[in-house]
Amino acid sequence: MLLLECPYCGVAGEETEFHGGGEAHLKRHGPESSDADFEGYLFHRENPKGVHLERWRHVNGCGKWFHAARCTRTLEVFGTYTAQCSEPPQEIRDKISAKRPGWTWREFS
Amino acid sequence: MSEPVTPLGGAVHEGAARVAEMPRRGMITLRGDLGDPAFSEAVAEVAGLALPGRGRVSAEGETRLGWMSPDELILMLPAPDVAAVLDRLAGALGGVHHLAVEVTDARALFAVSGEPAAVRESLAKLAPVDFSPAAFEPGTFRRSRLAQVPAAFWCEPDGSFGVMCFRSVAEYVFKALSVSAASDGRVGMF
Repeated sequence: MLLLECPYCGVAGEETEFHGGGEAHLKRHGPESSDADFEGYLFHRENPKGVHLERWRHVNGCGKWFHAARCTRTLEVFGTYTAQCSEPPQEIRDKISAKRPGWTWREFS
Repeated sequence: MSEPVTPLGGAVHEGAARVAEMPRRGMITLRGDLGDPAFSEAVAEVAGLALPGRGRVSAEGETRLGWMSPDELILMLPAPDVAAVLDRLAGALGGVHHLAVEVTDARALFAVSGEPAAVRESLAKLAPVDFSPAAFEPGTFRRSRLAQVPAAFWCEPDGSFGVMCFRSVAEYVFKALSVSAASDGRVGMF
């Protein structure tokens, strides 16, 4: 059971109040991009055992999308941040580093 | 003109707590930038209520102004006043980007009242929300799910609870609340 805090409502709710929206911070590659970039954008996803960044939606609540940093192994949630971030804020990175020194996820660490 | 009716015709269940469909009450959904004083002050003035903070509801007489999301409010008021209030909102919010729509007959409202512990217990059995008196005090407004459907709950100044859901699931919500508030269903949580 995940316990997530919606950064918009400030509500700490359990998993069934939210809905997972897949991997966070995907970079869109559309027309004019190379085939390899487009394939990566469409199909290549992280599947880590450990630190993971995801998108979630507060579906039975304010309805807003947000980001969550969590551990897929322990279900520990390091923090949540708004959908207006194109990368995890420093504060969230620090929280992850405190618990999982040396973590990396795609280009972030 | 046909006569507007509430979804369940004022259904009532008497159990450990009393679950009753509220008489028809006008509802207006408001969207806009709550951080913009041009929007929030105009809404507060027309509603005659202080703008509720995050997760709160303001109450005065029959009128309620609840915080739905960072850009949405719900205004409940006597049904006959809706048209006049929409007119006043349109006037007060002229030039401000906003949306104000009547949703009176698109939502269902229930009142759960009676012994405070039984009321909180009836709701706590159905929603993943902390209904303890310390966490959910009068004036708190929370959207979540009630069993399998989305719903909003708030605590009235007198300690009873209001429940709002979509009209299409009114019967489901009423039956779920009725079972949860059955007189032999107490668990003694609060």
